[in-house]
Amino acid sequence: MGTVPSALKHCLSYQHLLKEQLWIAEPPAAAHPAQEPQASGLPEYIKIVEVGPRDGLQNEKVIVPTDIKIELINQLSKTGLPAIEVTSFVSSKWVPQMADHKEVMRGIERHPGVQYPVLTPNLQGFHSAIAAGATEVSVFGAASESFCKMNINCSIEESIEKFEEVTKSARNMNIPVRGYVSCALGCPYEGNVIPDKVAEVSKRLYSMGCYEISLGDTIGVGTPGSMKKMLEAVMKEIPLSALAVHCHDTYGQALANILTAIQMGVAVVDSSVAGLGGCPYAKGATGNVATEDVIYMLNGLGINTGVNLYAVMEAGNFICKSLNKETNSKVAQASFSTGAI
Amino acid sequence: ATGGYPKRVKVVEVGPRDGLQNEKNVVPTPVKINLINMLSETGLQVIEATSFVSPKWVPQMADHTEVMQGINKLPGISYPVLTPNLKGFQAAVAAGAKEVSIFGAASELFTKKNINCSIEESLERFEEVMKAAREASIPVRGYVSCVLGCPYEGKISAAKVAEVSKKMYSMGCYEISLGDTIGVGTPGSMKEMLAVVMKEVPVGALAVHCHDTYGQALANILVALQMGVSVVDASVAGLGGCPYAQGASGNVATEDLVYMLNGLGIHTGVDLQKLMDTGTFICNALNRRTNSKVSQASCRL
Repeated sequence: MGTVPSALKHCLSYQHLLKEQLWIAEPPAAAHPAQEPQASGLPEYIKIVEVGPRDGLQNEKVIVPTDIKIELINQLSKTGLPAIEVTSFVSSKWVPQMADHKEVMRGIERHPGVQYPVLTPNLQGFHSAIAAGATEVSVFGAASESFCKMNINCSIEESIEKFEEVTKSARNMNIPVRGYVSCALGCPYEGNVIPDKVAEVSKRLYSMGCYEISLGDTIGVGTPGSMKKMLEAVMKEIPLSALAVHCHDTYGQALANILTAIQMGVAVVDSSVAGLGGCPYAKGATGNVATEDVIYMLNGLGINTGVNLYAVMEAGNFICKSLNKETNSKVAQASFSTGAI
Repeated sequence: ATGGYPKRVKVVEVGPRDGLQNEKNVVPTPVKINLINMLSETGLQVIEATSFVSPKWVPQMADHTEVMQGINKLPGISYPVLTPNLKGFQAAVAAGAKEVSIFGAASELFTKKNINCSIEESLERFEEVMKAAREASIPVRGYVSCVLGCPYEGKISAAKVAEVSKKMYSMGCYEISLGDTIGVGTPGSMKEMLAVVMKEVPVGALAVHCHDTYGQALANILVALQMGVSVVDASVAGLGGCPYAQGASGNVATEDLVYMLNGLGIHTGVDLQKLMDTGTFICNALNRRTNSKVSQASCRL
């Protein structure tokens, strides 16, 4: 804007700028999950669920060595993130990136106060996960029949039956289960997804014992308009405190969608360090929203997350170097590009 | 209140000026003209065409007269141009401009570094332009830079933004475009700033010009819409990097903005497909990838 010839030389370094700005500063100590709304109507605290090591890496082309995965998770454990999705106990035939699930689970440092959930698509995966030391698991439903069929070759109803086996065993062992609902705002095969369908599947997962339901905009087509409609339908069936949003940034809408969700009281947000993980349905397009960009926004809103933005940026820098790729986080791009951090 | 949105939003396309101005490669005049002509077919009502500034400062805009005279000016579409001073204003009018823009800032240091004077002095210079514009019945749009942060001063007080906006509005600018010049703003700071500015300038005369350098643009725009702002600036393909953070992005992409507004049921009159085609054209011409995620996603399987 305006004429800016040689301004770059005279700038404050970005590091200086960031440290001066209240919204980037270190978060207040002792984050506690207080859910009462601020004067602004927004939650005071938001739990960030870091899905980079699983959802992120799963959708990266390059296979990452086990020790790099472990190092990434260990670095993330030191950032203040309360939950880090570690790996997936799925057949390595389907998801080669997650073939080292046992080694990763056993190899990571387990920091007190941090949850390390893993994906378990069926009872076999669940048992394997427990044997490897998992203390929390996740199951993946979908709000679209076509997506379910294409992904796991069965109907939604059949997939729910499989998950019930998992939640039953999990209950017996006091293992918490998180439920995901994919295609909450659109499906790559069916297109539009009806909010009531999302509510129905969410309710099934919640009723069978999932403590939290993460609503996923799997192909990132959602907008604040569709997010609002979908949440209104789901909130009739599931208490707000049990809801999370998992937004993909494929159409650049993620932060606007997350903002809409938190304005409606949602207080759990999934994200991926450095925005790891492309979209398997749109070649070359982005996928997960970047944790750094989410935290930047939440800091600016005065919402506590307990997470140190700088530490996440460093973990992001580490994994991008290892993957030999550029970060998908705009905050990281803006901060590292001047060599400031 | 959250949930209430304007029914219509006017999208002000700044790609050919703000966008190209911050692109490294100098774009040949015929390509600029074709870009603007293509944009004119998308349904956009306002397309910022060029800047009547000295080519010594902004070589990309050296062909301002040729561009102004070369474009198809469709009825119903406004083609504002930047005019930093009276000389630029006169050259713009001679070249056929029917609307101009002037640039203020909410930061003293930014103003000093940019145009080597104080905010007060810059407004005095603009008074000359305002006077001439009034006499020629030419509408003037006012921009305020650094409304959510300054690369030199850091934090900017909302009161200062309101003060500068009020002055420019009182001088006769029909609209004030509030610019998050380095993209550091968040929905928190946007809300706070607008609440203060709206006490001094009617919301119907306000626009937001958000940069996406920290990925916050659409979220910031969403909050602005919730507060009643109904004019939003954007740049096709997200043209224009940030001069303060090498390699970082700048303007928010018009395609991504229109996608969001469509999803909210807000009328813009813009044809998203034609807009994407225009973005593809200029990116090919610039030999660069688009910054629009909607565009990137649409090259699907």
